[in-house]
Amino acid sequence: MSDQNPRGHTLDIVMAGLSKRRNAEKRFRFFGLASIVVGLVFLLVLFISIIGNGYSAFTYSNVALDITFDPAVIDPEGQRNPAALAAADYDTLWKASLLKLFPQVTERQEKRALNAFMGFSADKRLKDMVAEDPTLIGTTKTVWLPVDDTVDLLFKGKLGNEEELNERNQHYQHWIKTLKDQDRIHSSFNREFFTNGDSREPEAAGIWGAVVGSAFTLLITIGLSLPIGIAAAIYLEEFAPRNRWTDLIEVNINNLAAVPSIVFGLLGLAVFINFFGLPRSSPLVGGLVLTLMTLPVIIIAGRSALKSVPPSVREAALGIGASPVQMVFDHVLPLALPGILTGAIIGTARALGESAPLLMIGMVAFIVDIPKTFTSAATVLPVQIYLWADSPERAFNERTSAAIMVLLAFLILMNGFAVYLRRRYERRW
Amino acid sequence: MEKSTLFLLILLASTLAYLRNTWRARTLAETSGQKLHSLPGFYGYYTALWCALPGLLLLLLWLLGEGSLLTTGALARLPQSLLDGAAPEQIQLLVNDIKSVAQGSFEGQIDPAIQVAADRFSELTLWSRILLTVLSMTASLSGLLFAQSRINTDFRARNQVETVVRIFLIGCALTAIFTTIGIVLSVLIESIRFFNMVPITDFLFGLKWSPQIAMRADQAGSSGAFGVIPLLTGTLLISMVALLVAVPIGLLAAIYLSEYASPNFRAIAKPLIEILAGIPTVVYGFFAALVVAPFLRNMGAEIGLEISSESALAAGLVMGIMIIPFVSSLSDDFINAVPQSLRDGAYALGATQSETIRQVVIPAALPGIVGGILLAASRAIGETMIVVMAAGLSANLTLNPLAAVTTVTTQIVTLLVGDQEFDSPKTLAAFALGLILFILTLCLNIMALRIVRKYREQYE
Repeated sequence: MSDQNPRGHTLDIVMAGLSKRRNAEKRFRFFGLASIVVGLVFLLVLFISIIGNGYSAFTYSNVALDITFDPAVIDPEGQRNPAALAAADYDTLWKASLLKLFPQVTERQEKRALNAFMGFSADKRLKDMVAEDPTLIGTTKTVWLPVDDTVDLLFKGKLGNEEELNERNQHYQHWIKTLKDQDRIHSSFNREFFTNGDSREPEAAGIWGAVVGSAFTLLITIGLSLPIGIAAAIYLEEFAPRNRWTDLIEVNINNLAAVPSIVFGLLGLAVFINFFGLPRSSPLVGGLVLTLMTLPVIIIAGRSALKSVPPSVREAALGIGASPVQMVFDHVLPLALPGILTGAIIGTARALGESAPLLMIGMVAFIVDIPKTFTSAATVLPVQIYLWADSPERAFNERTSAAIMVLLAFLILMNGFAVYLRRRYERRW
Repeated sequence: MEKSTLFLLILLASTLAYLRNTWRARTLAETSGQKLHSLPGFYGYYTALWCALPGLLLLLLWLLGEGSLLTTGALARLPQSLLDGAAPEQIQLLVNDIKSVAQGSFEGQIDPAIQVAADRFSELTLWSRILLTVLSMTASLSGLLFAQSRINTDFRARNQVETVVRIFLIGCALTAIFTTIGIVLSVLIESIRFFNMVPITDFLFGLKWSPQIAMRADQAGSSGAFGVIPLLTGTLLISMVALLVAVPIGLLAAIYLSEYASPNFRAIAKPLIEILAGIPTVVYGFFAALVVAPFLRNMGAEIGLEISSESALAAGLVMGIMIIPFVSSLSDDFINAVPQSLRDGAYALGATQSETIRQVVIPAALPGIVGGILLAASRAIGETMIVVMAAGLSANLTLNPLAAVTTVTTQIVTLLVGDQEFDSPKTLAAFALGLILFILTLCLNIMALRIVRKYREQYE
């Protein structure tokens, strides 16, 4: 036995270390799984906190008030003159009606709180009603009117911290309870959020202006980046000779794909706005900047799609007498198009979510009007989110989350379409 | 005629030219009994191109040159006393006034001198419009007629059209180069102007950053307030935190997905992880400011740590989540590219799967993984919205991740958003920061791309 390995059989050594190694194996596997879980948990927390914070912005609270259209207030001259009717103070009407509901309110502080109970557009609602039907004057009618945004948050239970429940808000809560008991308050679909432009008042602030601005910007981006990107991909993949120039172009494209987006914004500011004098804050400039950003993505996707078309297709086309240009445009391109479009949609989706370069070219201005042309001042959805996230009013918080939900919905739609396109038309050669 | 109408008109005309000449070429072949050199459609394309290109070229020239010519013409009508010694900004203000008076949107008292210039401006605009319409119509029409006159059965229409197509393709491929040149020039020129006001050494080695102070006229360009060091340390600190989050998670996730996971699990988990890269950065910024920063601050308060609500930790953590997919999908690619024979060799020697991965697969894939990490780092350095929304504005020179720091990108945004005079060092400083950012990311990108390329060649 003396010629044996002093430390025992090789097998023994292996066996002795085996359980340790197996444990190490398990640990390693567990770490791998854990990191995937961590990533997914982050994703989940992100979605839950955004949705939990924002879903309530899709509804808004209204209160049913018995409004007496008192001619002494809205038409003291009694001539039903539209100009006089439009200039009248309709706030008085709902204030009177509210006071009738809460006759116990007499103290000055309380009264002031009551006078701020309804939203600022209640006035406009009543005005529009009278303008449409002047015979209302002198009658009493039950009207649903929007409340103030703080009251709205209280009704939805969004304000609960000690510090947020100041004296005024406690009054509000008390009144809300009374109104609820009388079935006079309920939340309904917040149409304004989808049809209005931006506003300083959270109650009237909507995303439509930003959506239209995004649409204009993306139209320019798609209209320019798709043809240019496809053409560049075709040239580099099908026609370009292999030399230092094409190498340079290639390195350039790969680098541009990784240049920080904010640098593209600086380019837009210096070249498009200061040099060419294009209008600031316009979807035109925004679209141009995003085009430059999206191009590398489309070119890279386009090249790999063209590369996946087998050479036999090219040879067959050339063999029956097609010229190289005909071969590419009539045979290779149609086969590669689904792949190119998939890449283009993903690039466009990225452009839709981009905001940093647009801050540089002035698309952060506060813009109430819905943009009408490619050169009118506009903002886009992500920038609108940024602006609202910066607003101190509590009610903008839920609107920010709601706008994010809308943006994410668009992105999911686009990416879903890209996945569908790939599944439907992808060919394996 | 409006330029857009003109544009559509030219397109319409060239479409008609295409249809008419395709048909003409076909009948020409039939009547003459000879074979056409090219397919009939190419004759159509040929004439359509000759019809559209001259007109569109003129339109483009007008778009580029009209504005400055018109304003020069209008300014010539202003009394010399108004223009003498006026700074460029003042002249710009005058031009804006003239334009708004000419459009009738000017509010307030109109200066008679401005009125004269505005009248001249409107007059010139009218003439320019008439001239453009006549010229571009003539150009398009003569192009069309010239092209039509050349059509016969021997004419090599296809070769001509294909030459134009090739030129167009080359032009499109060159946009990438022009974009890079545009970036370099725009950032460089403004930076040089900035370095004329603030010495470059002060900028590169200064330890203090407070551009607001330099707004005061008596301090402009002379203060040491434009030191970039605190911004760079802030940027690197946040990126470091981000990489510390993203690299282990991303790498381990990639290893699990490519080596352990069943195909079904992989098919679900991989796209889900990649969603993280598709979420807009502004959403991450909001998430960081709304959820992560308060959470960290409260947790810090529980254990007696003071964590700033704009801490580098919060911004870096969220940025790390964002770049997990960059690390994981690139690493995944490279791990998959490692030949199976290497793994089989290790198994044959009795190694367990994890030993194989740690000692064979990862070392083999390392260059690619490092390239991926460098790309992720470049992404983290250039990331803007998360830090704008979640990191602070005060330029503290610190390496403490619990304190508030600011970054290069945050400062570019704060310097350029809002009202700006284009010549103040404050605005120009943003371009100098842009230059630094561009150079920094360029180096990282080129290094990463080179490593990745070399690695790809190794196994392909």
